[in-house]
Amino acid sequence: MHTLAAVLAAEGEPNPLLPHTSELIVGTIAFALLYFFLRSKVFPIFEKTYAERRDAIEGGMERAKQLQEEAKEALAQYREQLADARHEAARLREEAREQGAAIIAEMREQAQAESRRIVEAAHQQIEADKAQALHQLRSTVGTLATELAARIVGEALQDDARQRSVIDRFLEDLDRTADESPDTAAPEGAARA
Amino acid sequence: MHRAGNGDALHLVNVAQAAGGEPFHAPGPGDFEFPPLFGFFTKPMLIVVLAALFVGIGFYLAARRASLVPSKGQFLGEGVYGFVRNSIVGDTIGLRDGLKFVPYLVTLFSFIAVLNLSGILPVLQFPATSRIAIPLFLALISWVIYNYIGIKRHGFVGYFKAMMFPPGLPKPIYVLLAPLELLSTVIIRPITLTLRLTLNMFAGHLVLLVCILGGEYLLVEKGGVFAALSVVPFAFSIVLTFFEAFVQVLQAYVFVLLSALYIAGALADEH
Repeated sequence: MHTLAAVLAAEGEPNPLLPHTSELIVGTIAFALLYFFLRSKVFPIFEKTYAERRDAIEGGMERAKQLQEEAKEALAQYREQLADARHEAARLREEAREQGAAIIAEMREQAQAESRRIVEAAHQQIEADKAQALHQLRSTVGTLATELAARIVGEALQDDARQRSVIDRFLEDLDRTADESPDTAAPEGAARA
Repeated sequence: MHRAGNGDALHLVNVAQAAGGEPFHAPGPGDFEFPPLFGFFTKPMLIVVLAALFVGIGFYLAARRASLVPSKGQFLGEGVYGFVRNSIVGDTIGLRDGLKFVPYLVTLFSFIAVLNLSGILPVLQFPATSRIAIPLFLALISWVIYNYIGIKRHGFVGYFKAMMFPPGLPKPIYVLLAPLELLSTVIIRPITLTLRLTLNMFAGHLVLLVCILGGEYLLVEKGGVFAALSVVPFAFSIVLTFFEAFVQVLQAYVFVLLSALYIAGALADEH
């Protein structure tokens, strides 16, 4: 370094390794002012922006995560509700089917009972009608026969008591013959009627 | 690379000189001295002031309308700031301890980079950092900072003990290591910081001068076939200008990286 300086000095050139005091002063002041200006006015803004940006990114991620969680929860809830609804629907269908079946069975029962009742009533009615008809027939036949017989026999059978006993005997005979040959009795009876 | 460029250009100039005519005056340290613009104020000082204004205003405009989605200017400002903050401070000192040095190191980087780049900026065309005073005071500031925070962290004795006697070495080594470490930390570091930056800028500027003045000499003074030959140094000066741009940014980075490393070393518990 000394030799270089000596050479330069010998050539009459200025020594580039010797600092100029005025440059030192101007440079230091300029740098110091620049430093204090940037440190107070500019770099805090950069740091703040960094922090805000990090916050924004992390906050955004946090929010996204939260939203995702919520969506997941909602989906699960929705699925659960859907499953519930399906169960409910199936249950209702089943119930409706059972109810329908029960109603049909009940109706059938009722209808059968009703029909039985109607048939029964008809039977009874027929029975009654038949009995009444028989009774009427019997009395009418008796009267007719008596009348006929009276006409034939004359006034002989006018006496009531005798008349009745004669009729009864006749009818008993009739019944007996009917019992002995039931196949022929009814047509004979019908013909007689 | 500088040397090679220098040699080529000088060779051409020598050839031209041999052909006769006025002798070529090779540029030297004299070209780094400027007459005062007024009073004591010289061109390098003007460049220093302009650079400080440029960096200050540029950063201010970049930060003025800071928003989460950065504008172009803000992106650039934040880019420089974030580069020094995360890539230099984050990787050396660590952001936990280093955050309070970020303003200094960002200012340092921008200031040096702009002063260096003023060497290839039209009109200015002089790297103010080739004046040794500028790197010297910057190196001294870094020197004061790392020694101060080292002493503050470890105490006066503790700092020098940690510096000179890093644990885990065989005893005889310390005889050699202790004085070397002391010399390195206290004396050599600021000198190398200063000289590395100054002489890189000095040499780069000198090479550009040689190419351009040599070309000009061939073109204006010699004429004829030599005027045609002046294309070579001119073309070379353009290539070198791009190379200089790279060196200028790189040297700013190196200066700041070393400053950060020295601070990190002073803060470290184990040397």
